[in-house]
Amino acid sequence: MERLKLIVKSNRLIAKNIWEMKLSGCTNVQKAGQFVNLELDGLFLRRPISVCDWEEDGTLTLSYRVVGKGTTQMSELLPGSEIDVLTALGNGFNSGKDCRKPLLVGGGIGVAPLYKLAKEIAARGLRQTVICGFKNASEIFYRQEFEAIEGLSLIIATEDGSEGVKGFVTDAMKGLDFDYFYSCGPMPMLKALCKASDTPGEASLEERMGCGFGICMGCTCKTMTGGKRICKEGPVFNREELVW
Amino acid sequence: MVDLKDRLSTSLCGVELDNPVIPASGTFGFGYEMAEVYDINILGSISFKGTTLDPRFGNPTPRIAECEAGLINSVGLQNPGLEKVVSEELPKLRRCFRKPLIANISGFSVDEYVQCCERMDKEEQVEILEVNISCPNVHNGGMAFGTSAQAAAEVTAAVRAVTTKKLFIKLSPNVTDIVAIAKACEEAGADGITLINTLLGMRIDTMRRKPVIANKMGGFSGRAVFPVALRMVWQVANACDIAVIGCGGVASASDVIEMMMAGASAVQVGAENLRNPYACKEIIEALPAEMDRLGIERLKDIIGIVK
Repeated sequence: MERLKLIVKSNRLIAKNIWEMKLSGCTNVQKAGQFVNLELDGLFLRRPISVCDWEEDGTLTLSYRVVGKGTTQMSELLPGSEIDVLTALGNGFNSGKDCRKPLLVGGGIGVAPLYKLAKEIAARGLRQTVICGFKNASEIFYRQEFEAIEGLSLIIATEDGSEGVKGFVTDAMKGLDFDYFYSCGPMPMLKALCKASDTPGEASLEERMGCGFGICMGCTCKTMTGGKRICKEGPVFNREELVW
Repeated sequence: MVDLKDRLSTSLCGVELDNPVIPASGTFGFGYEMAEVYDINILGSISFKGTTLDPRFGNPTPRIAECEAGLINSVGLQNPGLEKVVSEELPKLRRCFRKPLIANISGFSVDEYVQCCERMDKEEQVEILEVNISCPNVHNGGMAFGTSAQAAAEVTAAVRAVTTKKLFIKLSPNVTDIVAIAKACEEAGADGITLINTLLGMRIDTMRRKPVIANKMGGFSGRAVFPVALRMVWQVANACDIAVIGCGGVASASDVIEMMMAGASAVQVGAENLRNPYACKEIIEALPAEMDRLGIERLKDIIGIVK
């Protein structure tokens, strides 16, 4: 963990209620799936936001859904604004996992942390399938970005069928050949995914957090090896550890 | 000119602290986690995560609800249990912290408090036992002992009999007469009082039409509770002859000074650590300038000056 003052480079609406913010000055994110915790004016707790991408020049990309006071305030930040951010929090995905045919599954805003992961997997020379599930076509984001990654086949699923496969990500998964999965999304999706497949994999969980760096025990989840902090030992856990 | 160490130092009934700033139990883990962030030896002391006899997973999630100027928590005393705290957590803390420690003890029966205190009494670095009879987040325990003068005295007397360490009782603000309870603890042998624990609170998610916290209610803390905490510190310090640790909403050097003027010999910082991991460090560093501004030479000189 490090506390940094980052500068907003850009902040734009990319789909219905989904925004992409680029920040400069962040050079310490280590793993896809980690998150940052943003201090916002007048709000007591910081807002944990998963990292979507980062670059060597210190650019940090966050994609976030506007749902409440904190994310509304984020969406109003103009380029040049300074934000106090705790960076490189949590334990991310194991992108170097020994596998041949990885499947990445994201639901809603849970698609965001899969972007950097997909780029890391592609850099290993692996072919991968990515399923992105949304409520409807208006919420789809990062389609072009994913499609630009070499060796990646993208499947879009929408609950109302307004685009791609009609149904949930588990419907889009049917018949796919994969030997490892990485996932991020709402708990019911992760649960359904783990139920639908015996393949080993990893899931990124979310919970209301107090501190975001492991001292308050506000976000503990049950695992096969006892209570674990989603902000510290997680947010990414091996599926075998999860208790549904 | 008085040197910095002398300006900031304080004493908790004979336990000498380099400065009055102590992270409050439950907001600083077992301390060593924070040693990666800064040198925790700058702290006056650490009140480490509340320990119970048996391991506890704690309450279901969500355990956290944000409020204006504070938060509600319902962690429910998650901890690895007395044995593991002593054999695994404290050795890790010892490696990075060389100052007096405060062991925060919770329980569900007088016997459990006694067993925990008896064991913690053997830990050399622990100089103060802080018996928490005020946790609002567990049933049939915690706060039940802290809301009756008689029950508070019973726990105090029972643990007093098994320890020679300095004994502080951490009290709940969720009572009608805090002075009566503090006095009962004093008469039963406590060396000091820590107050306040959290205020019982609640939030509703209006979209889902359900309480935000899985356990429905939880403990409210943060900057918003400072005036309540200060008032109780002042009442108790004026009514009792034992030491007081002020806790509740402390977020700045100015708050520390205000608490000490009200009668606190030391001050705990809680919720603020969650939003700013450097809170204690920044408060300690800001104290000298704030003291200069107010014409305070030594913090010791201002303890309880407001009557």
